[in-house]
Amino acid sequence: MSGRQPDRYTQSVSVPLLAIGPDPLDVPPLVSALADAGSGRDGAVVTFLGLVRNHNAGRSVRYLEYEAYEPLALKAFARIADEIRERWPSAALALHHRTGRLEIGEASIAIVARSPHRGDAYAACRYAIERVKQIAPIWKREFFEGGDVWIEGATADPSDAQARAAAERVACA
Amino acid sequence: MRVTVKLFARLRDIAGVPELAREVSPGSTIGAVWRSLAADFPDLAPYERSISSAVNADYAKMDQVLRDGDEVAFLPPVSGG
Repeated sequence: MSGRQPDRYTQSVSVPLLAIGPDPLDVPPLVSALADAGSGRDGAVVTFLGLVRNHNAGRSVRYLEYEAYEPLALKAFARIADEIRERWPSAALALHHRTGRLEIGEASIAIVARSPHRGDAYAACRYAIERVKQIAPIWKREFFEGGDVWIEGATADPSDAQARAAAERVACA
Repeated sequence: MRVTVKLFARLRDIAGVPELAREVSPGSTIGAVWRSLAADFPDLAPYERSISSAVNADYAKMDQVLRDGDEVAFLPPVSGG
């Protein structure tokens, strides 16, 4: 390599499929990273970006702060990818979650799913976001006009078969 | 023996620190560590039924027995995505 700029190939293979951290999310490198696993076999790529909304539960949201137990979050993402391989064997997943302060309109999560046909890619993508909300050790603190509050959703229990079945129902609806 | 306790989100705010060391007797479970914490920080007590726990960055049940040097994490209900 002669130039200072890394070439596109080097950039694309350096993107991990599963990640969590403070860097802004970018979908095209994630799509490219997942493409390396393919070989012309896949006919569908579905992407999902979760964005910071300016309103929640009747409150005017100013910004969010995300906190995570990162080593366990990565394991939760790997578990979700395994569950997807089990349920949709031909689907592949990439998932990045952001931490720290996020402004309105910024992306907190990026998910890419690909498979030979669109049905499985849509289902796998939806399943991934549902499972993140159930079992990933990540928390958002909402700063709104007049105060702030930790949002508390599901008690995380990866072995809860009912929660997993509920995510699968939503994914296949 | 000594374990490290990690706290997240509102649990961290209640305790005022993200991490603390606890001396516990050999054979102590995760649940025993939680109860001793809740005794020190009574505002933690309402979380007893909704928390998850992890040991050395793997989800674990509250009746798991701890070993010297373990890192125990208590996790309030999650809200990622």
